[in-house]
Amino acid sequence: MSPVVLLLMASAAQIAVAVAAAFGARLRGAGVAVYGASLAISAFVFVVSLVHLVTAAAPAGVTLPLGLPWIGAHFRLDALSALFAALVGLGASAANLYALGYGRHEATPERVLPFVPAFLGAMTLVILADDAFAFLVSWEFMSLASWALVIAHHHDEANRRAGFVYVAMAGFGTLALLFAFGLLAGVNGDYAFSAMREAARGPTVSAFVLALALLGAGSKAGLAPLHVWLPLAHPAAPSHVSALMSGVMTKVAVYGFIRIVFDLSGAPYWWTALPLILGGAATAVIGILWATMERDMKRALAWSTIENIGVIFAALGLALAFRANGMLPAAALALTAALFHAVNHTVFKSLLFFGAGAVLTATGERDLEKLGGLIHRMPRTAFAVLVASAAISALPPLNGFASEWLLFQAILQSPDLPQWALKIFVPAAGGMLALAAALAAAAFVRLYGVGFLGRPRSEAAAKATEVDRFMQAAMLGLALLCLLFGIFPGYVIDALAPVVRDLAGTTMPGQSWREWFTIVPVSEGRSSYNGLLVFVFVLMSGSMAAWVVHRAASRVVRRSIAWGCGFDEPAPAAQYSASSFAQPLRRVFGTLLLAATEKVDMPQPGDMRPAGHAVTLTDHAWTAIYGRIAGAIDAIAGRLNRLQFLTIRQYLSFVFMLLILLLLALVLWT
Amino acid sequence: MERLVLDIAHILAGGLVLVSIAMLYQDRLTSMINVFAAHAIVLSMAVAWQAWLQDAPHLYWTALIAIVFKAIVIPVGLHRIVRRLGIHRDIEAALSTGLTMMAAMGLVALSMALMLDVAAEADPLAREDLAFALAIVLIGLLVMVTRRNAVSQVIGFMSLENGLILAATAAKGMPLVVEISVAFSVLVAFIVIGVFLFRIRERFDSVDISALDDYRGERQ
Amino acid sequence: MDLIAPLMVQGLQMALVLALAPALTGLTRIVKARLVGRRGPPLLQPYRDLIRLARKDVVLADNASWLFRVIPYMVFAATWVAAALVPTFAKGLHFSWSADLIAIVALLGSARFFQALAGMDVGTAFGGIGSSREMMFAALAEPAMLLMVFSLALSAGSTQLSTVAEFMGGSAVGLRVSIAMGLIALVIVALAENARVPVDNPATHLELTMVHEAMVLEYSGRHLAMIELAASLKLVLYMSLIACIFLPWGIAGEGDGVIAHGAAIMLYLAKLVVGGAALGFFETSIAKMRVFRVPDFLGVALMLSLLGTLLLFVSRSL
Repeated sequence: MSPVVLLLMASAAQIAVAVAAAFGARLRGAGVAVYGASLAISAFVFVVSLVHLVTAAAPAGVTLPLGLPWIGAHFRLDALSALFAALVGLGASAANLYALGYGRHEATPERVLPFVPAFLGAMTLVILADDAFAFLVSWEFMSLASWALVIAHHHDEANRRAGFVYVAMAGFGTLALLFAFGLLAGVNGDYAFSAMREAARGPTVSAFVLALALLGAGSKAGLAPLHVWLPLAHPAAPSHVSALMSGVMTKVAVYGFIRIVFDLSGAPYWWTALPLILGGAATAVIGILWATMERDMKRALAWSTIENIGVIFAALGLALAFRANGMLPAAALALTAALFHAVNHTVFKSLLFFGAGAVLTATGERDLEKLGGLIHRMPRTAFAVLVASAAISALPPLNGFASEWLLFQAILQSPDLPQWALKIFVPAAGGMLALAAALAAAAFVRLYGVGFLGRPRSEAAAKATEVDRFMQAAMLGLALLCLLFGIFPGYVIDALAPVVRDLAGTTMPGQSWREWFTIVPVSEGRSSYNGLLVFVFVLMSGSMAAWVVHRAASRVVRRSIAWGCGFDEPAPAAQYSASSFAQPLRRVFGTLLLAATEKVDMPQPGDMRPAGHAVTLTDHAWTAIYGRIAGAIDAIAGRLNRLQFLTIRQYLSFVFMLLILLLLALVLWT
Repeated sequence: MERLVLDIAHILAGGLVLVSIAMLYQDRLTSMINVFAAHAIVLSMAVAWQAWLQDAPHLYWTALIAIVFKAIVIPVGLHRIVRRLGIHRDIEAALSTGLTMMAAMGLVALSMALMLDVAAEADPLAREDLAFALAIVLIGLLVMVTRRNAVSQVIGFMSLENGLILAATAAKGMPLVVEISVAFSVLVAFIVIGVFLFRIRERFDSVDISALDDYRGERQ
Repeated sequence: MDLIAPLMVQGLQMALVLALAPALTGLTRIVKARLVGRRGPPLLQPYRDLIRLARKDVVLADNASWLFRVIPYMVFAATWVAAALVPTFAKGLHFSWSADLIAIVALLGSARFFQALAGMDVGTAFGGIGSSREMMFAALAEPAMLLMVFSLALSAGSTQLSTVAEFMGGSAVGLRVSIAMGLIALVIVALAENARVPVDNPATHLELTMVHEAMVLEYSGRHLAMIELAASLKLVLYMSLIACIFLPWGIAGEGDGVIAHGAAIMLYLAKLVVGGAALGFFETSIAKMRVFRVPDFLGVALMLSLLGTLLLFVSRSL
């Protein structure tokens, strides 16, 4: 049986599980049954698509007699969709394994259980779709399923608002994609992807397609300034769903973008790369800056997702610029960096959301200012989150560094680009990406240092207990992947090669046969990196130093209270808090980029009321774009309100006038 | 050898851009005047090097004028003015340092893109020198725009003029007469502005030019 | 032979940087003391300090976690490995291909990440203030450093340090403005990363002025010894980096004999002495900045390195 049929059956099975869950969600053991079944199916999806990817098997398609009667629904599995299906499978397996434990703490399982498998099945269908109709239907299905999960805890006002913003943005995104496919299909109106690939189109149409794809896929992925829903919606869902939305669904959006821009719209023009590179770099900086300010743990993670999406889009833009100028090896390098980073992000962001979920289960708190000291109470969770924090901060020898390193190597290829605009903006974007990487380290030192280290800042944090085996297994498994992808990056790069060959025309030089797993993106003399050796060296010299010091000098440890300047029992509130950690960065970057203002309320001596200090941050996207749009809609709606109170005759005359107008248009058009 | 000679010319021109940027970074009047003196010294070195390179003795005069007037006379004079006015306090920049620096970066990038595009067939080094000169002129303007203080505006104006001289020497063949007139006109401007400063000071007890805004006709 | 020699060179370099690191710190202290009219501690004082610290008991705060005890060794190891990969006296380092300049910068970033975490572990206000300021400085210093690496890599066509050193020592490179900008940027970054005056004061113990010292305030005994040694190693690393990029003369090549290597070591020592003296002189001649003046200072480094990269991007097509 061909793999595409297997994957379609898996999606159908997920949806069947969803339907069953809808009826049996209140039964005892429903959670274990649903997540267990979903785990098995996800693992199956992962294995099938991974085998398809690494064996570089030929694309296989199938047409089902569904959907529009004269078209049918086309599905196809090529290298690109195999990669992203594998990602969905991986993220979904981890999330389901985690949910076996986490789901038990769910108060209203009937609001969550049916939608998780449906969401997973829909994502697989998006990736397999081979015509615009199937793609858009599955895309919308995916959006709605995840929307239902966002408002699962609808008693919270903030969650309802998140759901509203999300559904509005998702609708807008699908509309943009609809128009993009309309333009791609052209006047003949053939909505199969194979027909779109063949069609020739001019620069104007390409520009519109790019803009619409950016709006549609970019809004789902969280590209600034379309990111506003993401930090609201991703944290609102239960944590395993947050992990799926941040780690996997954003990748499906990246897939949609790659499919449209790299595959369907034909040979690129160089200027299409500019908005991607600059928009991506700006998104990265803005996103991570917010992450360093955010007090809510899950929202900080969601903001960091925006940063990583920015990095991926900037790398895609570079690949586009190289491909447009015929520099195929460089395009392959940049595209590999983008895909590698997408894979890595799925791994560590899922892990981080699992960690946040574990903290939420153990303490009931998401606010960093009420956490602290969890490394003592939840050692395994703390270890896994530490690995993920280091990986997302792009520290060698973990996986985040490997992909960022490839991206920087790709930027170093760009002086050979002939266009002035690219010459000037690519190094600027490189600087912004380096800034984002450094800020990411600051954000995660803050998140980990305040959340897991120090002393507990609340009763709940002081009484936290370690989570159960399933959650630990999911987290530690992903932590292991962070390390493996980091020290054997050559295998990942080679696994990505078939995808890159399809989209960039060539691949990076093969890596996995090199001695000692070194990666060499261009040539030996130019640059090379060996994560394994770095790991082994650091491990060896660290343990050697420890051994020598313990043998030759002292090994005594005395415990004592920390020095508190004479106060014996320093209150936990005297620790550096998350807000105080962010203060220097807020003063340096925040005043301009986040419109940060401080209000200090200092009572006069003798006045007994408490002093106050308030910080307000504003997202420029809200005030500059969405606030105005909302205002305009409000005003127009106010005007149109009158239309509700007309007579029948007047309504009829509207219909009549519209008919005449349409007929006139027809006359003038032809 | 030939390359080294050209390289030194190039690095002197680039150094002038660096000093211009350093000028933007200063937030005290006295240090700003010192940086301006350094600006003039680098300029005269660049001009003298060009004189030797192009075998054009009249350029040595230009260098001499630059070093005598701009590196010694004018800074000394400005230091006096600042001390007499008692304003060796912080400059109030209209924009933050970070923003100004970013603007300066943008200006340098702009002038490079512009010059390399416009003068596409000129020889590479002259092209880069022209780009540097344009950058210095633009940064000089930026200094004038971002500073509220009249003295720093004078300095900005004169650094702008240094950029013009650099462009003229790089372009090979600017008659000495023009130079002298330019230099003297600046000197005159400096004197006039100096006198003017005292007048403002006497009238309004401040050299902050925003004090003048209240006397503009349109604001009733 | 062709395997043994590079391995020996690599081992020698690892031992050399480790042995020299405290001496360089001591030398800077002597120069600073002499310049202000004091005699200063002897050159060997840092070694004695390290031994004394290593022999003392460790006093841990009650709530210090296992991470707090592991981090000193991790920081030391990451810094040492990074220092071992910078060509000091010889280019033929056996493992230089395992990490290029970007990876070296990132290794130092790892060391800083964990050190900042250690500052947060005990849960006192000082550790937090140090960590948060250190990360703020790093947020500007690291991009400046990376952009400087970009501009080097663009001129040399490689991010491998040995190739860069080869290129900078060769005749193909002229005096370029971009390289001058890179040098200034690197010096500023080096001052910030090593917690030297104008950014931070390595000798201070005044609460509100210290950054690096505040971060490691809770450490004692052998842990503190490891951290101090790592700090000294970092100073050697940055000085070697500046020497190998901007003064690349006299570094022994791959096939050179024992005598050439010996001469190269002598020359490297001379470079370090000059560097240490220059640092001491520079530190005495300027004052420490306010904390919120430092971002401007580092911003200059960022701008200069970006400008240098831009120049190279543009002039590559001439």
